[in-house]
Amino acid sequence: MSVMTMVKAINNALDIKLEEDKDIVVYGEDVGVEGGVFRVTEGLQQKYGVERVFDSPLAESGIVGTALGMAVSGLRPIVELQFEGFTFPAFNQILSNVSRMQNRSRKKYGVPMVIRFPYGGGVNALEHHSDSPEALFAHIPGLKVVIPSTPHDAKGLMISAIESNDPIIFMEPKRIYRAIKQEVSEEKFTLPLGKARVVQEGTDITIVAFGAMIRECQRAIAMAQETGISVELIDLRSIYPIDRETVGNSVRKTGRMLIVAEAHQSFSVGSELIAIANEEAFLYLEAPPRRVAGFDTIVPLAQGEKYYIISPERIFYEIEKSIKF
Amino acid sequence: MIQNDLPAIFRDFDPIEDKMLQVIDNEGNVVNEPLMPALEDEIIIDAYKQMLYERLADEMAVSYQRQGRMYTYTPNMGQEAIHIAAGMNIRKEDWVVPAFREMGTLLAKGVTMKEMFLFYLGNEQGGSFKDAYHVLPIAISIGTQFHHATGIGYSVKYRKKDEAVYTFIGDGGTSEGDFSEGLNFAGVWQVPVVFTIQNNQYAISVPVKSQTNSINLAVKSVAFGIPGIKVDGNDFLAMYLVYKTASEYVRSGKGPVLIEAVTYRRGAHTTSDDPSKYRCKDEETLWGLTDPLIRLKRFMQNKGIWQIDEEKLIEEYRLEIDAQFVDAENNKSYPWEEVFENMYTDMPDELERQKMEYAQFLSWKEKRR
Repeated sequence: MSVMTMVKAINNALDIKLEEDKDIVVYGEDVGVEGGVFRVTEGLQQKYGVERVFDSPLAESGIVGTALGMAVSGLRPIVELQFEGFTFPAFNQILSNVSRMQNRSRKKYGVPMVIRFPYGGGVNALEHHSDSPEALFAHIPGLKVVIPSTPHDAKGLMISAIESNDPIIFMEPKRIYRAIKQEVSEEKFTLPLGKARVVQEGTDITIVAFGAMIRECQRAIAMAQETGISVELIDLRSIYPIDRETVGNSVRKTGRMLIVAEAHQSFSVGSELIAIANEEAFLYLEAPPRRVAGFDTIVPLAQGEKYYIISPERIFYEIEKSIKF
Repeated sequence: MIQNDLPAIFRDFDPIEDKMLQVIDNEGNVVNEPLMPALEDEIIIDAYKQMLYERLADEMAVSYQRQGRMYTYTPNMGQEAIHIAAGMNIRKEDWVVPAFREMGTLLAKGVTMKEMFLFYLGNEQGGSFKDAYHVLPIAISIGTQFHHATGIGYSVKYRKKDEAVYTFIGDGGTSEGDFSEGLNFAGVWQVPVVFTIQNNQYAISVPVKSQTNSINLAVKSVAFGIPGIKVDGNDFLAMYLVYKTASEYVRSGKGPVLIEAVTYRRGAHTTSDDPSKYRCKDEETLWGLTDPLIRLKRFMQNKGIWQIDEEKLIEEYRLEIDAQFVDAENNKSYPWEEVFENMYTDMPDELERQKMEYAQFLSWKEKRR
């Protein structure tokens, strides 16, 4: 075991897989010499050489499109897009080809690749550096979308993502890249894709969240506990496939659900989860499932972001509202 | 196709031959007398002052960020000759479609340092450049602005306006699809756009040699049937000549041009970046010798027109820039409603509902205190 940040844990996962599988290549803007702007690929080029870990030209569509070519011809590329706001030049390749090649070729060609990028707000950033576009990717058939909330999960999920034969969108909550430190095994381990984790059991209300919001939820839960409210917290881990069973079981038990996600509220992962609550636990519901979400607005720059970003207090307010319904 | 009546400099400095236009060397000596632009001394003095102002404002911005008084900032140091030469050739009615490292050009168009500071203090009011005529906000999404400039060019041409469009991109940006697409559209439509590549040698950590296998960046114009030219971007007089020529060319309706200004990003990519990870001090020192301010100053000294009391001017500018920063820093006005107000012409009911819910939360929070 050793103490790792999420940055270190993902780096460690990449290191283990690069060592183990010669077909893996890692590339993107600034990932080679610099080791990535967040240092997630630090040291990997020195260890595995420029043929396997390298800087690409500055073109996201090129990065993802070439990765598809590599993936259908025997390699297993892991590509970095520098920020979530810069995934969109690659969106055409992701939507039109990466997600579709396996079906289009009737499984003649699989696309074993991982597209990883930092996402999310709360870091006082410039525009295009604070968004949470998970719903855009989760809506695309043929992709799996993974979001870790701890260093341990990041490592296990990343190794599973790399070993998956399907294309994976791996979204890394940049706000907690270094904010959370945890004992993580240095050995190889995997975590199943598509399975949520019950972070904490409770009886009065279910909170479903993921990524950087787990920590905010835990703070809100501490506030709720003081007023005697028992909260069950589920970390989704995988946005698609979504763990219907774990969510359904929990909502049937508590009768209440709150979804906490920083993306814009309309047409979000929260919307999908409410559909699941209706389908799986309609007769058990004691209050309407609700979302604590970002507004349907652009994430404001630093001075205005405090209004947009979800505080533990706002989560607690919604917990109370649901309980008192 | 490229017209036969192409200005001489575009023929004499054919990017295919990898020639670079230069007027003065690092010592400020004139190396290409016939190209020396006919500028009155006052204009050159003014240019130096503008470059000095940009340099100081930039240094101070980095320093405010280091003091924790400002968020992430993108330094301009070393690229001032391009910005000021462009600014001096851009008229009030012309359009500027920036990338994010053209501060001097923005200032020339009427953007204030207070606005720049406010923007980097995390307030969209600063980045709206609301009083600067025909200036778009900065484009962080790399390369996308090339299309916008081309579209504005079409609009200008369609409306028969006497306006030219100036847009910028970095060396890294030339790898994006939008760079090539934008130039292709501009070539097909023959729009009045001056495209500038500020080749500052690095896209964050990636050197230009890892960005392209082309002999230079100006040569990319050839594929799109657009005149292109490679210029010493740290040579103010060369940049002035090229912008003057390019401006006359596009304004006369002959179509777009592409300028590659060869320069060096003396600072970091942003204040979050650490160049020592990917480049050595020797390289920085070597490029430092080509610094645009030093060169123009030497030229002026050689010519006997250096009449600037620089120390006094620096002190004066610093006080003025600091006052603008403090003014921006004291602007704490960011009402929460503003988050919602600029999204749509008329706020949709759904957004209005979200706003109301947030107001309810705020009043609950207030009562709880």
